[in-house]
Amino acid sequence: MTAAAAAREAVIAPPPSLTQRRIRPGELLFRLALQFCLLVAFAFLVALIVFAVYKGWNRLDARLWQNMPTGRASRVEAAGVQSAITGTLWVIALTALISLPTGIASAIYLEEYADNTRWYNRLLELNIQNLAGVPSIVFGILGLGLIARVIGLGFTVITAAVVLSLLVLPTVIIASREALRAVPQSIRQASYALGATRWQTTSRQVLPAAIPGMATGAILALSRALGEAAPLILLGAVTFIRFNPDSLLSTYTTLPIQIYNLIKEPQAEFQELAAAAIVLLLVILLLMNSVAIVIRNKFQKRW
Amino acid sequence: MTPSDPKDAAMTHPAPPLITTSVRLSADDGVAHEPVLTLKDISVFYGGYEAVRGVDMDMAGNQITALIGPSGCGKSTVLRSLNRMNDLIPGARVAGTISYHGQNLYAREVDPIELRRRIGMVFQKPNPFPKSIYDNIAYGPRVTGMKVTSMNDLVEQALRDAALWDEVKDKLKQSALALSGGQQQRLCIARTIAVRPEVILMDEPCSALDPIATGKIEDLMINLAADYTIVIVTHNMQQAARVSHRTAFFTAEVDEAGVRHGRLVEYEDTNKLFTNPNHKRTEDYITGRFG
Amino acid sequence: MAADITRPDVPAAGVRRGRSRPGERIIETLLVVAAVVSVATTIGIMASLFIPTVEFFGQVSIVEFFTKTMWTPLFADKHYGVLPLLVATLWVTAIAIVIAVPLGIGAAIYLSEYARPGTRKVLKPVLEILAGIPTVVYGFFALTFLNPVLIDWWPTANKPEFQNLLVAGIAMGIMIVPTVASLSEDAMSAVPRSLREGAYALASTKMQVSTRVVVPAALSGIVAAIVLGFSRALGETLIVTIAAGLKTADVPTSPIQGAATMTSYIAGAGQGDLPVDSLEYLTIFAVGATLFVFTFGLNALSIRLVRKFREVYE
Repeated sequence: MTAAAAAREAVIAPPPSLTQRRIRPGELLFRLALQFCLLVAFAFLVALIVFAVYKGWNRLDARLWQNMPTGRASRVEAAGVQSAITGTLWVIALTALISLPTGIASAIYLEEYADNTRWYNRLLELNIQNLAGVPSIVFGILGLGLIARVIGLGFTVITAAVVLSLLVLPTVIIASREALRAVPQSIRQASYALGATRWQTTSRQVLPAAIPGMATGAILALSRALGEAAPLILLGAVTFIRFNPDSLLSTYTTLPIQIYNLIKEPQAEFQELAAAAIVLLLVILLLMNSVAIVIRNKFQKRW
Repeated sequence: MTPSDPKDAAMTHPAPPLITTSVRLSADDGVAHEPVLTLKDISVFYGGYEAVRGVDMDMAGNQITALIGPSGCGKSTVLRSLNRMNDLIPGARVAGTISYHGQNLYAREVDPIELRRRIGMVFQKPNPFPKSIYDNIAYGPRVTGMKVTSMNDLVEQALRDAALWDEVKDKLKQSALALSGGQQQRLCIARTIAVRPEVILMDEPCSALDPIATGKIEDLMINLAADYTIVIVTHNMQQAARVSHRTAFFTAEVDEAGVRHGRLVEYEDTNKLFTNPNHKRTEDYITGRFG
Repeated sequence: MAADITRPDVPAAGVRRGRSRPGERIIETLLVVAAVVSVATTIGIMASLFIPTVEFFGQVSIVEFFTKTMWTPLFADKHYGVLPLLVATLWVTAIAIVIAVPLGIGAAIYLSEYARPGTRKVLKPVLEILAGIPTVVYGFFALTFLNPVLIDWWPTANKPEFQNLLVAGIAMGIMIVPTVASLSEDAMSAVPRSLREGAYALASTKMQVSTRVVVPAALSGIVAAIVLGFSRALGETLIVTIAAGLKTADVPTSPIQGAATMTSYIAGAGQGDLPVDSLEYLTIFAVGATLFVFTFGLNALSIRLVRKFREVYE
């Protein structure tokens, strides 16, 4: 008998019975541990929401739609966040106007026009990936150093909107590209075979098919811009603004920034107002997220 | 067309002999073969869809049973129900009884993990783990907690049994993904042998391989039949004729409601099935008139 | 009805090249311009960071910047050693990673290997919502809810400060769980089904399939997810500004102290009215450039890892 054959004999220890359904405590523990991981994340989410609602409950009323009074420390109970709400509306509307056309056009170029084998197109792609990972506060520095000072737009609504647009641009581009990529190649070929030009094919066949995916990406990008505060801290939004913006060159504040300001205040009333403003912000974001999820689920996998 | 081409001749002139490859094995080899697996009225459901209906057959120990038939006839589905791989598909369900040495496989008390240790499987596309050759072989003994005196010896033996040792003995620590397709498939067979199963299920094991690699696997199967019970699904009738003792022919039938189900048409000694089938449908299929 | 069809008289005449379509050209140009915006952004970021930074290092030696342990540019007695900010940043990100890696990978394994399709369809959007919570809200929650609880439960007499690195790290850890989880899950889902089947056919349990086959096969993708989470944590601003405070000066010796990180220093200094082009003002850019270099390196690493992973399976 060779050594290997001997080894072969040696390993045949009688296996446990087939019909003894083995209880494997390791398996059970492992599954529980995995569920625990998700549970921690969800418990945090629930605690956060419940706490904000509980803390802000007294201030979740029409007073939210008032403005910061002058001499704010003396009249805390009348304070609201009107200028932050209108400021947010201005900034986000402008951000949508700037970032969506630019992002979608970039995505169309990269997916439908660009030759991926060219070095400059690859560089473009790599650049977008890297830009997506740049910390938001660094975009604030871009706004501070270049847009507010060098270009001279100052600490205004338009500066904030441009900076937030650049910040979410990679998100819009990446989501739009995915939506375009999901449109089957056969649709493009069919259109070309009928003598359509590239833009006719793109605008009449590809874009309509990609709109649901793009819409989902656009909503998610805008909700990110909506909750973003870091770059705006550097762009003049932190001073207590008591007026609603009325032009692109107005001074402004936004909801997240207003919340940040209120948290810093010592009075308990302001903490409650901060919590109420957080609930408002979360409700808006939740609505936007739900719309995005509904669109995605409704239009998923039509091909 | 040259009349000397036997394949074409068989297609156009369905006169005997029906099969052009000589049958090498016979179910009737003078040894008594106990049935290892017995299927009684097996139907397999995916959700509400009955993919296979009413299969009765048994697979003899130390023999090779081939399941053949056109695509969609349910032969792979039947194979995958034999080691409860179908359990992994949500909504899959098996009705009827499959006995393994008299034990109902789908009984509540049966542990599917223990079952798969006794009934191994080789897949259509070689699927080595992205690990070294050595670790691929050692994986099974490790996860099943086999008491091993020398893992090196066990790996060597498994690779020798799978006729792969001489080709890989100098590169056991290299990635299995660097091997050729045929070598990868023999590695997968070696990996299966390493846990010492009794039965090896093979799901079209050669469909992704070239003829030379296929020949090696076929030789290997015939050698392995001395120690293992083998069930092979193949779309290649010549292969079934070359390597199997018994052959089951499946086809898809449309029932009164217009739904397609896989059915077992005929289960016979390979020699008999390919030379003198009992059913017209079998004859039509093996002579290339349909399927 | 062949007579109704009008065709060009000489069918071959129109197919010659040279028909110019000005509309097509204009549109293509517009698309290229849009695509160039992202490049211009990168160049703008580089310029706005590095030009002032060069100016800064003209006045403060780069050796002093990276080796001295005092950071007091806004005080009367000025020191420009960035180590206090770096150490505070590392404390917070390390705590965040310690929390987010097990939770994120655990969640990813559950979603990819254990959850039924229906369960997954519910759980994934919830994770996305967690990812969509603004960081200012995390900061608020950390400061006003988590920290009092932490101080309450703290076992020793040396209680955490009113603002501290630990609570910021915890909140940040939860913040990056969705990043780690969703990218890790993508990597695990990309592992071919055939590998799982091969493992099950060798009598593996679900845990063995998950830990010995799927996780190793997806490893570079999982590492990429962790690296990206790390980079997110490094660049996050509001949680640290609110929950860890803006205290600079010395290197923090314990995570229960409050201290400014790189990002919160930038936020703190940037909201004041520092005179433009003063040395104090330039510190914002020098710290920003440092942060940018770190995150850029991590992102590049993550992109590389993902690419390597894709090469294996796609």
